[in-house]
Amino acid sequence: MNLLPAIKVTAMIFPEDSKNLTRRHFLRETAGGLGAIALADLLSHDGQLVAAEPATSPLAPRLAHFAPKAKRVIFLFMAGAPSQLDLFTPKPKLQALHGQPVPKMFLEGLDDKLIQGSARVFGTPRKFQKMGDCGMEFSDYLPNMATCADDLCMIRSMTTSISNHHPAQLLMNCGVTRFGLPSMGSWVTYGLGSVSKNLPGFVVLLSKNGSGDIGGSALWDNAFLPAAHRGVTFRSEGDPILHLSSPDGVTAKMQRDRMAAILDLNRLRRTQLADPQISARIEAYELAFRMQTAAPELVDFSGESKQTLESYGVGDKLANQFGSNCLMARRMVERGVRFVQLYHYTWDDHSNLNEKLRDNCLMTERGVAALIKDLKQRDLLDETLVVWGGEFGRTPMNEVRRGINPGKEGRDHHPFGFTMLMAGGGVKPGFIYGQTDELGYHAVENRVDVHDLQATILHCLGLDHLRLTFRHKSRDFRLTDVAGNVIHDVLL
Amino acid sequence: MPMMINLRSLQTVISCRRVYLTALLILLLGLVKPAEGQDVPPVNFSKHVAPILQQRCLNCHGASQDKGGLQLHNATVTARGGDSGKVVVAGNSGESELLRRLKTADVQERMPLKLKPLSEKEIQLIASWIDQGADWPEKYVIRPYEQARAAQAARHWAFQPTRRPAVPTKAAAATADQGVDRFIQARLQKEGTVPSQPADRVTLIRRVTLDLIGLPPTPEQVNEFLEDQRPAAYQRLVDRLLASPHYGERWARPWMDLCHYADTDGYLTDQQRPVAWRYRDWLVAALNRDLPFDQFTIQQVAGDLLPGATRQQKMATGFLRQTLSNREGGAEPEEFRVKQVVDRTEMVGTSWLGLTVGCARCHDHKYDPVSQREFYQLYACFNNADEINIDAPLPSEAAAWQASRSAYQRRRRAIIDPQRAEVEALQRRWEAKCLDAWKNPGQDSLWDRQWELLGLVWGGDLGEGQLEGAEISKLPWEKRTERQRDDLLDYFLRHASVIDGPKAKELKVGELQGKLQALKKEFPQATRAPIMRASQTHRDNYLHARGEFRDRGMDVNPGVPGVTPMWSPRLNEDPRLTLARWLVDKKNPLTARVTMNRMWEQFFGNGLVITTEDFGLRGELPSHPGLLDWLADEFVRSGWDVKAMHRLIVTSATYRQSSAPRPELVARDPNNAWLARQNSLRVSAEMVRDMGLAVSGLLHSRLGGPSVKPPQPERVTMEAFGRNDWKPSPAPDRYRRGLYTFIIRTAPFAQSATFDAPNPNQICTRRIRSNTPLQALVLLNDPVFYEMAQSLAVRVLRLQGWSDEDRMDYAFRLCLARRPSPAERERLFQYLDEQQKLLATDAASVEKILGTWGDEKLDPTSQAAWTNLSSVLLNLHEFITRD
Repeated sequence: MNLLPAIKVTAMIFPEDSKNLTRRHFLRETAGGLGAIALADLLSHDGQLVAAEPATSPLAPRLAHFAPKAKRVIFLFMAGAPSQLDLFTPKPKLQALHGQPVPKMFLEGLDDKLIQGSARVFGTPRKFQKMGDCGMEFSDYLPNMATCADDLCMIRSMTTSISNHHPAQLLMNCGVTRFGLPSMGSWVTYGLGSVSKNLPGFVVLLSKNGSGDIGGSALWDNAFLPAAHRGVTFRSEGDPILHLSSPDGVTAKMQRDRMAAILDLNRLRRTQLADPQISARIEAYELAFRMQTAAPELVDFSGESKQTLESYGVGDKLANQFGSNCLMARRMVERGVRFVQLYHYTWDDHSNLNEKLRDNCLMTERGVAALIKDLKQRDLLDETLVVWGGEFGRTPMNEVRRGINPGKEGRDHHPFGFTMLMAGGGVKPGFIYGQTDELGYHAVENRVDVHDLQATILHCLGLDHLRLTFRHKSRDFRLTDVAGNVIHDVLL
Repeated sequence: MPMMINLRSLQTVISCRRVYLTALLILLLGLVKPAEGQDVPPVNFSKHVAPILQQRCLNCHGASQDKGGLQLHNATVTARGGDSGKVVVAGNSGESELLRRLKTADVQERMPLKLKPLSEKEIQLIASWIDQGADWPEKYVIRPYEQARAAQAARHWAFQPTRRPAVPTKAAAATADQGVDRFIQARLQKEGTVPSQPADRVTLIRRVTLDLIGLPPTPEQVNEFLEDQRPAAYQRLVDRLLASPHYGERWARPWMDLCHYADTDGYLTDQQRPVAWRYRDWLVAALNRDLPFDQFTIQQVAGDLLPGATRQQKMATGFLRQTLSNREGGAEPEEFRVKQVVDRTEMVGTSWLGLTVGCARCHDHKYDPVSQREFYQLYACFNNADEINIDAPLPSEAAAWQASRSAYQRRRRAIIDPQRAEVEALQRRWEAKCLDAWKNPGQDSLWDRQWELLGLVWGGDLGEGQLEGAEISKLPWEKRTERQRDDLLDYFLRHASVIDGPKAKELKVGELQGKLQALKKEFPQATRAPIMRASQTHRDNYLHARGEFRDRGMDVNPGVPGVTPMWSPRLNEDPRLTLARWLVDKKNPLTARVTMNRMWEQFFGNGLVITTEDFGLRGELPSHPGLLDWLADEFVRSGWDVKAMHRLIVTSATYRQSSAPRPELVARDPNNAWLARQNSLRVSAEMVRDMGLAVSGLLHSRLGGPSVKPPQPERVTMEAFGRNDWKPSPAPDRYRRGLYTFIIRTAPFAQSATFDAPNPNQICTRRIRSNTPLQALVLLNDPVFYEMAQSLAVRVLRLQGWSDEDRMDYAFRLCLARRPSPAERERLFQYLDEQQKLLATDAASVEKILGTWGDEKLDPTSQAAWTNLSSVLLNLHEFITRD
């Protein structure tokens, strides 16, 4: 038995005279139906249903504005802001001017707290290498990601408008620096719905190294969009979703019985009061029950090969957390989840940059590379857009906020030029776009603002960022606020 | 066919009544393909085309703006075209640049630039107009949208004075004699239908109890009401509920939504505000004692400015203290102060005026008659108000604290005096450096940082106003109060080494600081309270172009939007107080309408104006304009008596009718706007939990006090942020009402968020009521809710000498107020039997299900089975629904 008949059976019970609803009848028709949903059945449609979704569901799949290249997104958000100058963009001038004040020409017209009298140009000790046919440059901290060069599209001319973490994270995720607007994942499921029958459409996975800098649930908030579009946090350990497992002592059989009794009594109430809200409640409980089965299966890696697990760094001391999340992201998109957002949030290296950057790379870059290769090998990369990057970049100068501590320097927040990566989903592979100046201070060629990136991501999904709007407080809101241009140059 | 065009053009040219755009040229070239043959209905310029140009084009291509050299506000300029030539080729839309720019897929070119494209229908209208000759009456000048808007807005319903409408005469079929019902039933009569039957008494008592105090009625209270056959039983019930201390708890929450109350700062560091609850306590008390709404308003907006303001009146301004504080290193204090002022302006604009004034922060409001200048006038009312905390001793602290003050100050002086001169000299040097960094930033990073720190860390983790220290340092010494001097000295002593390390060491400032701290601990403390106060250093008010705090445009003076009634400032009165009084001035029609509308929303699920947050031109129109005005007028006449208004509404027949859906009206009135029935509503996030606690007997109903942390997995706060832990409060605090739950802005209490409690960073006038599988998971599996089931089972099993049937009925009545139907009872017993049998052979499960709730006087298997049964009741749709 698969899902469809199970739902139909419950629906068929509704008009019956409630008095005939004996226990045996119930078990046979309903609880039995629910109980029969085994893993194989859940995945018999690859966990995906398109047609049977009730039209009332806010997550019912919807058509894009135009033919999409990408069907789903995995956004690897590097919160705290990794240093583009130590990972992707070698600058001879930076090395040459090491220890000097920043030449005045770079500072003209700037009014920013970052420009402080005693900040000095800070060369990077990293070694860079051109990789792949495209010759994309990576530093020695990214040995695995470097092997994906010909699948990546590197934007080196990103700019943002604010250099505080939380407002900048809000801008990257929600399109404005203030609270109260929906996040990108919410907009995407609002625009396209979700093809997963058993899992939320927008999922959030978190990892870190100690305490980090991330602005909390506002980053995956649905704001004024319906609650079904809120990002649901998943974990690879323990309960994947909050309160997913039954209370202590309540066995699977008891949980089924409990569910059956609840559904049954709700149906009886519906015979007294023909309120459609009761039907909606029944549907929500059925989906909750299916999630209870599907989510543990999702996080169960026992079916993955040893080679796969190893490639993601699952089990590795440093790489395990983020690597597991990357693997889970692949398993989610396979099961129809529309938008997977990973956060790794300890990139804020104001001091001791060399060591901390190395550790964050060791924790993350293996998973990123494995994910891209794995998606490619499974023919999923073409239709999955992978995005990598933080809320801003880091300064070409050393950090002076807490005084200079030789050998332990860091870099400060830098909004004027930083790097993001994309792969799959309709963007050009092995392509480098934009450039910063010789010091890496300002984006000078093909500048891409945060709203441009957002418009481009939506475009890959077949969504026109100008038309994906929601009327709230009598205004039509959109992800890109009042800006945004699709960067057609990076698209296939 | 071309002949017709020519003729028509010619006639017009001769008569000079009309100007045809480039018609002559076209005529000569003979390029025109007339549109008449295509069977397109004639387009009327003023009706169809002008409004589109006005709304979608003239912002950039009007009399005051000519982007790309193009203007489109009259026939002559339109015919002239823009920098790239003509844009309209009359008679040929295909050759018209205007059409091409509207239709192109290239977003760099498509007009309106970067905005939503015109709809196909709009584009078709313009195309047809061009094809049909593009005629434009010569004298027809399209006024700029703003001017047109102001004129239109002046006629907008919400800005008109409230005129008490005549109450409709009683309809023949009317079921009540009340004003509310006359208005509602007059409409129903017009629609040819009748109200629903009154709800049965059980439904009614559950409804009105949940609505007025947010808790369910006990079976005993239900019985008492059912048995009270005397007249006015319902009125007595309502009186009892309005007098309940839990009334204030229920009605405080909507105000906390408006000011987005929370117990932390927000932003990255999201530090705790351990005394935020003082405002909440003020709120509950004010509602319970029915503080008249005009006073309630004035005190929350400007209580500190009232002559001889009491401590309570000052604490009311805690309403304005719910803005966020950014204490992240590198945050520009002025930028985030400006954000706070904007937030306050919006709070007041939304809560009392029902206007989305915030839209005018960056530009003139697109729809409403609020210009950017007017926004900053309103803003200016709050720009000279500062955040401070005051000593506000609790009743239990007051006497001892008061009595000890002078002794404390004596001792403190005695400690400092021997070193006073030298320490002060050092402090003055430190202050001079700080102030220099403030006035000349970017010169010395060390002192830039010191100045920044003063604004960032002052009073952190204590919920104090973060800029208070900086503001004190700007005051000349002689203008500082003793308390201000003390506080700044205490701060300075911790940072003295920055100015002169050796000197600080020589003066042993660390030791001095330690002594002062120790002294504080020796004396009785007063709990602090967050309030607003008038700034001591005046700030000028500017218009900030694009909302950018650094961009200081024209000077503005405090004021209110021109479309609202004038205000009358008194000499030397702080504009914030002027504004507060103006909000409840009888001439201001908005406050009473907006407030009564939100109240209505609480009782019926929707406001008479659905957009409770927007009474402007884009807002919905009232479904019953007469009723809204009548209610607003009643409210003012009653002396702004909120409880009287609650009584008026809940005693109406409209409120008391059944909520059962009426199939015959679904198609005609799908949203129940006519109110031919009540609405069934899922209760709020707080109520879901409060009801579970109440029916299970767990609820600890203590009023007021600091916020508490009911259990929730630590991952909720750790994952979302990682700095705010969540150590659950011990019993009985963990069983307090949801109102008292500690709110972390970056990681709100998970159960609340799941059940649509609003984002605590943002103003909310009406909550959504969603229905998601995550809600089901909470009710099914959250240990907090399962504990309610454990407790409910024990509660009914301990009823000595009761039969299982009676126990079942009682549990059912606790949860749903009514008795189960035979079918329901049968199904529940089936389930109970089933569980009994399962558990009889599964001792391990029994033990886990009982957890810490095992009662040795009860049979464990039976107790476990009843626990699961109780959980079923707590999961029913009806349980979390107010019918």
